[in-house]
Amino acid sequence: MPHPYIPNSVAEIKEKMMEEMGIKSIDDLYADIPAEVRFERELNVPGPYPEQEVRRRVEALLGRNQRFRCPPFLGGGVWPHYVPAVVDEIVSRAEFLTSYTPYQPEITQGMLQTLFEYQSLICELTGMEVANSSMYDWATALGEAARMAGRLTRRDAILVPYLMSPNRLAVLRAYTEPVGMRVIQVDYDEATGLIDLEDLKEKTNSETAAVYIENPSYLGFVEEEVEAIAEVAHDAGSLFIVGVDPISLGLLRPPGDYGADIVIGEGQPLGNHMNYGGPLLGIFACRGEPKMIRQMPGRIIGMTTTVDGSKRGFVMTLQTREQHIRRERATSNICTNQALCAVAAAVYLSLLGPNGLRELAELITSRAHYAMRRIGELPGVRAPIFSSYHFKEFTVSFEDRTVGEVHRELLSRGIHGGKSLVEEFPELGETALYCVTELHTKEDIDLLVSALEEVLG
Amino acid sequence: MRRFRQADWDEPLIFELSRPGRVGFTPPKAEPEVSDAAGDIEELVPQNMLRREPPKLPEVSEIMVLRHYIHLSQMNYGVNSGRFYPLGSCTMKYNPVINEVLASNPGLTELHPEQDESTVQGVLEMMYWLKRWLLEITGMDDGTLQPAAGAHGEFLGCLLIRAYHEDRGEIDERREIIVPDSAHGTNPASAMMAGFKVVEIPSREDGCVDLEALRSVVGEHTAGMMLTNPNTLGIFESDIVEIAEIVHEAGGLMYYDGANLNAILGRCRPGDMGFDIVHLNLHKTFSTPHGGGGPGSGPILVKEFLSDFLPVPTVERGEEGYYLSYDRPKTIGKIHGYYGNINPMLKAYAYILSMGPEGLREAAEVSVLNANYIARKLMKVRGITLPRAPERPRKHEAVLSASEMERETGVRTLNIAKALLDRGLHAPTIYFPLIVPEALMIEPTESEPLEALDAFIEAVREISEIAYSKPEEVLSAPRNTSVTRLDEAKAAHPKTLCLSWRMYKERLRGG
Repeated sequence: MPHPYIPNSVAEIKEKMMEEMGIKSIDDLYADIPAEVRFERELNVPGPYPEQEVRRRVEALLGRNQRFRCPPFLGGGVWPHYVPAVVDEIVSRAEFLTSYTPYQPEITQGMLQTLFEYQSLICELTGMEVANSSMYDWATALGEAARMAGRLTRRDAILVPYLMSPNRLAVLRAYTEPVGMRVIQVDYDEATGLIDLEDLKEKTNSETAAVYIENPSYLGFVEEEVEAIAEVAHDAGSLFIVGVDPISLGLLRPPGDYGADIVIGEGQPLGNHMNYGGPLLGIFACRGEPKMIRQMPGRIIGMTTTVDGSKRGFVMTLQTREQHIRRERATSNICTNQALCAVAAAVYLSLLGPNGLRELAELITSRAHYAMRRIGELPGVRAPIFSSYHFKEFTVSFEDRTVGEVHRELLSRGIHGGKSLVEEFPELGETALYCVTELHTKEDIDLLVSALEEVLG
Repeated sequence: MRRFRQADWDEPLIFELSRPGRVGFTPPKAEPEVSDAAGDIEELVPQNMLRREPPKLPEVSEIMVLRHYIHLSQMNYGVNSGRFYPLGSCTMKYNPVINEVLASNPGLTELHPEQDESTVQGVLEMMYWLKRWLLEITGMDDGTLQPAAGAHGEFLGCLLIRAYHEDRGEIDERREIIVPDSAHGTNPASAMMAGFKVVEIPSREDGCVDLEALRSVVGEHTAGMMLTNPNTLGIFESDIVEIAEIVHEAGGLMYYDGANLNAILGRCRPGDMGFDIVHLNLHKTFSTPHGGGGPGSGPILVKEFLSDFLPVPTVERGEEGYYLSYDRPKTIGKIHGYYGNINPMLKAYAYILSMGPEGLREAAEVSVLNANYIARKLMKVRGITLPRAPERPRKHEAVLSASEMERETGVRTLNIAKALLDRGLHAPTIYFPLIVPEALMIEPTESEPLEALDAFIEAVREISEIAYSKPEEVLSAPRNTSVTRLDEAKAAHPKTLCLSWRMYKERLRGG
């Protein structure tokens, strides 16, 4: 039976081709596979099904995922945000969607220019000079940033906040420990959650390759003593790496403004759906000194002209850093990245512009503060633990109920509450991490609050 | 020859379209009670953390943004929108439209990775079965879908090799990963990322592993070997069982780079050849689109004895349904913030349903038929040869050489590539693998009709004729693409390096 995806699966066509090639059977082309490794039975996989049946099955499968009465109050590294229709329209264009890496620049100027614009937009947002065209996600961008700091300083220690994302910490360890780097955690101030500057100073020394902070932090509060942290790092000859939620930069100071040498982050909020945690978009930007640029991982798009000088154009550049040229001496092994997510981010930032991004960030933080206040007013609840300013995520602690109980009761009311922190940070007690964005209307927040009221009775 | 002219909108940068005050998207307004609760935002945010100067993003209306990026998309070339995309080693097969429709279902796109397992049974079921099917297709025992790309999978594979030797107390001795000189650049780079030393071995005349060279480098320092099969020349390593034995006897592990799996689907399996670790590229073999460079997905599959080292979590099936298991005491940890690139996984899942066992096998066989058809016809074109064991059948791809043409006319592989673009055909992978001079690595895939294969062959023949009569015409290609030949040296030169709008403006300011 000819298959719709395989034009030459018609018997007569195959026979005609084989006749021209002077072979009798397809088996002739596989004759060099030794008998002992030939696979003689049929693969035990389902199908083939016609499109209509595939659709029915997959839609039924996805129907087994539960919908809620309002978006989940979950954040922590992936966040529910609105994706403008224009973004989805652009990233579903076959010319972008179904193209490979732009190895032939003359016929792929569209992707190259778009990625150049993405890099440029990220630079404006973060206050840095150079950005690459994407990493897999925030966590792997952190791993690569630490490795880059190690190469630049020839040192092996990375200082990180104790209250950082455990997922990102796990990935950081996987990226650094095989080459003998060490990850050292820095204490926090119990009242504010901010980095304990004294502890940071104590732990920073001539072995420190970099000091890393997350801003806003994993638990949602904003690190304020950024200049002091940068100074500690730079005085010791270490690099300062800052991880960001890019949406917050509509309202918050860009890390380039307070001494960051490398800025990383999660670009998913910039026009990318959550997709159960992937694909994501690893942001990676750094200062513009040549020695830093030479150590950057990942693909970088540069502006140039045609050979005759008549027109502007774009190409992948500085490829001598990369694996296909430098092999084991490359700055990273990354090849396939998250280009289409970067396209989404470019379209998203172009749509919002400086004013839209500011308005959005203000809306998000207003809604979060409304939710924080309403939840914090409930009996037996503390929200948040820390006194610092929180952007869109905040901790909610229960005095008399467990996080698990509250979660299950909310779920039975069609609401998905925050993420439990009980296993990640047991010292914080029965605490969950809640996230509120522009997708959570006042009505949604009120629904959550009244459900919590019932549950806590 | 059918004509071709790519769009050229002479499109400005999005920043150059900006005019103060324009907006492309308006967020909702805060409800009055919400605004009241938050109070004055400028008071709320710590003063030293407030952004005083807005980011210099462009200010553009919605229709302008839309047109800008549609114009740019029209200055790009995709497998579903183009004419022929024989990019070797990249398996540019058709990306089925139904898979895009299914993967844009809000039942997938709006799921948060920290949701309660009971609320994501559909996606967990998909991940569970996709892995099971991939294990069956490759002949392996266990695995993870966490890596976001092939190279990411390679890195994880090398971490698993590390963890295995560490567990046996031998990691201090076993520092070396062996790769053939024909390997993808990611192989040595991934080994380096995982802290290994790379030992390169030369290939035989037919491009296959030289067993003597292999025997001379294996030993107590060997951690493992990375190999693709069929190799980058498109030739099947017939000695694979012996290769695996040599490496295993020395105490090393065998790593399979799945870039070339498409050729052998349903005909043989890496697990049966002696490989211990396999990575796949769902964006190659399993039809998920490559998005102009990503996202991909690079699952890692292993033999039972490596199962304990896999990253967490993995999707398992219990009495109450599917769940995420963190129960791997010897795990290497995590290499992705969450569970990998889920959206491509769903497309690969749908693809397998569409193909079934016979469809997968048919895809392999027709991809091999198409590649050999092209190779045999092209080797008859003047100036083109099929070096390295021309008598042996190729698999999914063939590497031809234009060095004869280069010698006789001055027209190089690069020029042929650009002349192909002028005919609306994407160029093959060029100058790879490094062991073939003036290489043209051609992988037509099973998606191309005979008519497209013939048109490509005809185009190369025509380019050859012109090369031998009016070479300057080929040398000046391309002319029908959005731009003519670009100056790559200028792009990389420190004096003219320009990587962002910010750098561009500084350059203009500095003159």
